[in-house]
Amino acid sequence: MTSPTTTQDRPGPGQQTEELTGAEIVVRALRDEGVEYVFGYPGGAVLYIYDKLAQEDAVKHILVRHEQAAVHAADAYSRVTGKVGVVLVTSGPGATNAVTGIATAYMDSVPLVVITGQVPVALIGNDAFQEVDTVGITRPCTKHNFLVKDVRDLASTLKTAFYLAATGRPGPVLVDIPKDVTSHKAAYHYPEKITLRSYKPTVKGHSGQVRKAMQIITGAQRPMFYTGGGIILGNASEALRKLVRTLGAPITHTLMGLGAYPASDRQFLGMLGMHGTYEANMAVQHCDVLVALGARFDDRVTGNLAKFAPHARIVHVDVDPSSISKNVRVDVPVVGDLQQVLLEMNHMLEENDQRNDPQAMQTWWAQIKEWRDRDCLHYNQDDRVIKPQFVVQKLFELTEGNAIVTSDVGQHQMWAAQFYGFDRPRRWVNSGGLGTMGFGLPAAMGAQVAEPDSTVVCITGDGSIQMNIQELSTCLQYRLPVKVACLNNHYLGMVRQWQEFFYENRYAMSYVDALPDFVKLAEAYGHVGLRAQTPADVEPVIREALRLKDRMVFMDFQVDPTENVYPMVPAGAALSEMILV
Amino acid sequence: MTMRHIISILLENEAGALSRVAGLFSARGYNIEAMTVAPTHDPSISRMTVATRGSDEIMEQVLKQLNKLVEVVRVHDLTEGPHIERELMLVKVHAMGPDREEVKRLSDIFRGRIIDVTDRSYTMELTGTGEKLDAFIQSLDPGMVIEVVRSGASAISRGAKAI
Repeated sequence: MTSPTTTQDRPGPGQQTEELTGAEIVVRALRDEGVEYVFGYPGGAVLYIYDKLAQEDAVKHILVRHEQAAVHAADAYSRVTGKVGVVLVTSGPGATNAVTGIATAYMDSVPLVVITGQVPVALIGNDAFQEVDTVGITRPCTKHNFLVKDVRDLASTLKTAFYLAATGRPGPVLVDIPKDVTSHKAAYHYPEKITLRSYKPTVKGHSGQVRKAMQIITGAQRPMFYTGGGIILGNASEALRKLVRTLGAPITHTLMGLGAYPASDRQFLGMLGMHGTYEANMAVQHCDVLVALGARFDDRVTGNLAKFAPHARIVHVDVDPSSISKNVRVDVPVVGDLQQVLLEMNHMLEENDQRNDPQAMQTWWAQIKEWRDRDCLHYNQDDRVIKPQFVVQKLFELTEGNAIVTSDVGQHQMWAAQFYGFDRPRRWVNSGGLGTMGFGLPAAMGAQVAEPDSTVVCITGDGSIQMNIQELSTCLQYRLPVKVACLNNHYLGMVRQWQEFFYENRYAMSYVDALPDFVKLAEAYGHVGLRAQTPADVEPVIREALRLKDRMVFMDFQVDPTENVYPMVPAGAALSEMILV
Repeated sequence: MTMRHIISILLENEAGALSRVAGLFSARGYNIEAMTVAPTHDPSISRMTVATRGSDEIMEQVLKQLNKLVEVVRVHDLTEGPHIERELMLVKVHAMGPDREEVKRLSDIFRGRIIDVTDRSYTMELTGTGEKLDAFIQSLDPGMVIEVVRSGASAISRGAKAI
């Protein structure tokens, strides 16, 4: 059976309300939502939308070379600006290509609105050309999704999508729009506010719980703060700094949380977890009160759960109740918006003089100093082979710690996290939860779009960069002067490291033979390529790249192929059971 | 220790809502013994009843994860308080010769009703707890049973209040 797909509700004579096509509604809604950039790729099912989008000046479009990259770019745009990232792709393969990006954003709780085209309503379920069950495929990797079958629901659905994406624990929301819906007409009304009876995120923490948490924290002999991406997403860095400084307590971050507290501050012990610092992991294992803020006790953070923080009473603040007591049972749970809860905690500190026992804190810091003196991130840079850590350290020095750094996934990601000290939030953009190779370059594009005047460095490896290398073309089209720093070791380095440690040096399929000449490749795409072969080349190459402010530069660093990431907590071991250099 | 729980879920009566709940259980490895769903007196809301098993920790997560679904309006673990559980079963059995009377008697004992008759078979309708329905099936000679259809548990709390 087929149903008519032509426009039915054209405005009659004398009708007052302005009627728009679905495509016009989409574009108008984006404008009314204040969306500046859409990252996308056109195709049959979204042609009406693209036709109208091209006529709208307020909403600019970045044409990527693969839909996965569109989502990563929008994701990074969101992480850097704090706004909702917007993606527009077509049906079928457009949607399936976007799935990896959507899952990446979902795991890291990044607010996105992803608009996908769909075949006309009458064809849904008929195995039509470029048809796929997009809402079915994306249901487990979106915060929510919608299929809009009636143009009259379109504006309110888009508003709801933005509302859901940005509130509570943020996340990607997908809106699937059949092609005929974009040609049908309806009165345009974009609601100011959405209320849903089934969705009421908790914002304010329970005051009794917050007070109880503060009592435990200030009563601790050996307090330790452990904070994650929630602090950054919740714009709670400032409140966190005040709290931690007032208490004088040590603090560590997860991979997702870097930048929340200044890395250059003495109270910061570095990242914790599988490749965390010795001092951070030891402090977690020996503290008597662990304060987890906007973190979710991921397996890469906790190591062996049964042996995690064995002496600690745990305070956990998170906006998502399901994150609390999921992996680790906590003693004082607080559900609420991080910023609000931390402001309340600071307020309580101002009102009373409850503080940790100074004597105990002195002993605790003396212990931490001993751990810190192990200098667990130490490496030796000779004058023959470039150490990858050295490259990151030089990047940090020469950008004065001010760059936005994106990364891919693997060894280079860990070195970036260990050696680039982030003093501000929203400067470090990486795929922490899903661990998506190919994230770095498109993420750098999104970050550069968000901050055209900032230096954006993509720290990557020879494996990851090739998973979205086509985006070099996008960089040229929009003159995005991204600086790629490829730590080229001719291996899938993290795989090789695990094979060395746990598979008796059998390097199964981790050596990457026949790599392209990245310098020539960059040049072929219209960019600048530079290569560093020896340690002496590193600084001049970086200086030259940074000097070329308006150019995209690909820096190919030929680094030590056998270097490993240390410290390392083997999977299943306790955090204190680290392999050190 | 794993215990049986009956969870009542009020959710928006929208396409895909059922699939979200079912998908959540499979994606997170939660057990489903039975699941029923139908609209309530408010046609915009469906009520789903899920019978599941899990430790206290798992159940806490099940409830939290269900609450997190955008279309879920309310979640309640009925096993936390007094409640009534009923399941509907339709059973078709061979009923010939001396068995015919025997089946009728058994059905009466279990307060079943015969709702369809042929010269060779009876179809019966029984309601009760899952255990009662199990007991009825066990009391029949396995060779007699032609077909069994069970609705899965429906449940409601005792007292005057809604969940």
